[in-house]
Amino acid sequence: MGSIMFLVVLVVVAAWLIGAYNGLISLKNQTLNAFKQIDVQLKRRHDLIPNLVNAVKGAMEFERSTLEAVIQARNQAVKVNATGPEGIKQISQAENALSSALQRLMVVVEQYPQLKATGNIGQLQEELTSTENKVAFARQLYNDTATQYNTKQQQFPTNVVAGLAKAQPADLWEIDDQAEKAVPQVDLSMKPKV
Amino acid sequence: MSDDTSLNLFQQQEANRRRTVLLVIGFVAFFAWLGFGGDYIYYLSTRDAPRTAYHHVFPWFGIALTVVALLTAWYAYATGPEKVLWSTGARPIVDPTDPQEKQLVNVVEEMAIASGVPRPRIWIVDDPDPNAFATGTDPLHAHVAVTRGLLDLCSREELQAVVGHELGHVKNLDVRLMTLLAALVGAVALMHDGATRVLRGGTNLGGGGGSRGGGKKGGAGPLLAVLLVVWILSWILAPIITQILALAVSRKREYLADAMSAQFTRNPLALASALQKIEGAVAPTAAIKRGAAHLCIADPLGRRLTAHEGLFADALATHPPMAKRIAILRGMGYAQLKKEGGGVA
Repeated sequence: MGSIMFLVVLVVVAAWLIGAYNGLISLKNQTLNAFKQIDVQLKRRHDLIPNLVNAVKGAMEFERSTLEAVIQARNQAVKVNATGPEGIKQISQAENALSSALQRLMVVVEQYPQLKATGNIGQLQEELTSTENKVAFARQLYNDTATQYNTKQQQFPTNVVAGLAKAQPADLWEIDDQAEKAVPQVDLSMKPKV
Repeated sequence: MSDDTSLNLFQQQEANRRRTVLLVIGFVAFFAWLGFGGDYIYYLSTRDAPRTAYHHVFPWFGIALTVVALLTAWYAYATGPEKVLWSTGARPIVDPTDPQEKQLVNVVEEMAIASGVPRPRIWIVDDPDPNAFATGTDPLHAHVAVTRGLLDLCSREELQAVVGHELGHVKNLDVRLMTLLAALVGAVALMHDGATRVLRGGTNLGGGGGSRGGGKKGGAGPLLAVLLVVWILSWILAPIITQILALAVSRKREYLADAMSAQFTRNPLALASALQKIEGAVAPTAAIKRGAAHLCIADPLGRRLTAHEGLFADALATHPPMAKRIAILRGMGYAQLKKEGGGVA
């Protein structure tokens, strides 16, 4: 009787171990996959930027510095060849710089209605918005999945199996960009911007 | 994604798989009852017939109807999404040229990334009333359709929220259950029409047989009469029962899909304002028929029932009250704003 009880307990523990282990492995792979998705979207963005700059270059001679900042930030971002969740800090820094450069450009484009009216700037704008959103959503999915993975491997009792599954806490994609962090300023004075 | 929403997701997926299986079993069992019940009634009524007359011994009806039901269920599962899309007259977007369509494609791609499901196929229903629905058997074979009216009416953020809601249905496998149900509702309605015609020709025969049996032997009479009444009632009620099933499965999951949309977009207020705009457009969506009503984000039939919640509306409306959905989303939005404000200040 005692040995049967022992056997039952053993089977239950083994079943739980297998379940917890597989759960962690599945989350790990989901995290990796979510990271790949960010990579795909960043690549798309890098490919789109030269097109965008070409489209607005003629009409925006006088905004040369804004355009150059975008190109520079893009080249910087392409150069970073860190891969995998380990290199996330490096990549995110370069990409955040690119995001804020692009944001400045979009603000500038908004200020020139004649630019928006001509040609396919409207379409390009849509493409850019979409690309930015895709990057943001890919990041969001990665952060959500990674948080789930991290929580799982730290929580008791799953943390017992974490070593066995070679689970390491995944770095989250941080937004350490000033433009994105800053509280939006509301200015109702209607004074011309300097 | 916090831990309990993911748990919720898995529970919901599991529940949907289970309910789909139950629906198929229930569907087949119901037809088996219609068939074998009919056989039994026929058997009872011909039991006392003279030797030379026909005796119904082998349950032909039962076997035939069960096989038909199995084939129908399989067919409904295999072609359900196609049939639903066909019934609404949707056309696929393959190569978007129009900026509106291009934007829709972009928005769907964005939401597919946010929700982590493969990009579904995108369809447009040329109807001026704003509405949207999703169909398919699993995330790999999913379809999202929106009406032209929705594209015209909604801003980019609102469109995103609506698509997020639809992909929520895709991700938690609501689409599988709801599409199968839509296809079965259609099949039952069709079969019912056909069967009523056949039955009308057959009742003379059955009725005559019944009275004859009852006259000769008192024991089988009451049982036969009760069976006959229940059986005929089943035939008459079949479409109504499937319709009520369709209503019952769809209401709760609208709230869940709203919450999933908020999770994907992190912008519950956009969905709230989209729902308000959709509700404001009172015209019913002409292209979407009764059979597919429970698939839509808002009741396409424009029934006033959706405005209330209560016993009556609970039993008959396909959608929860819009005001309540909007209120819940606004609550989420303000909670989010408060949290963000508190974090910065």
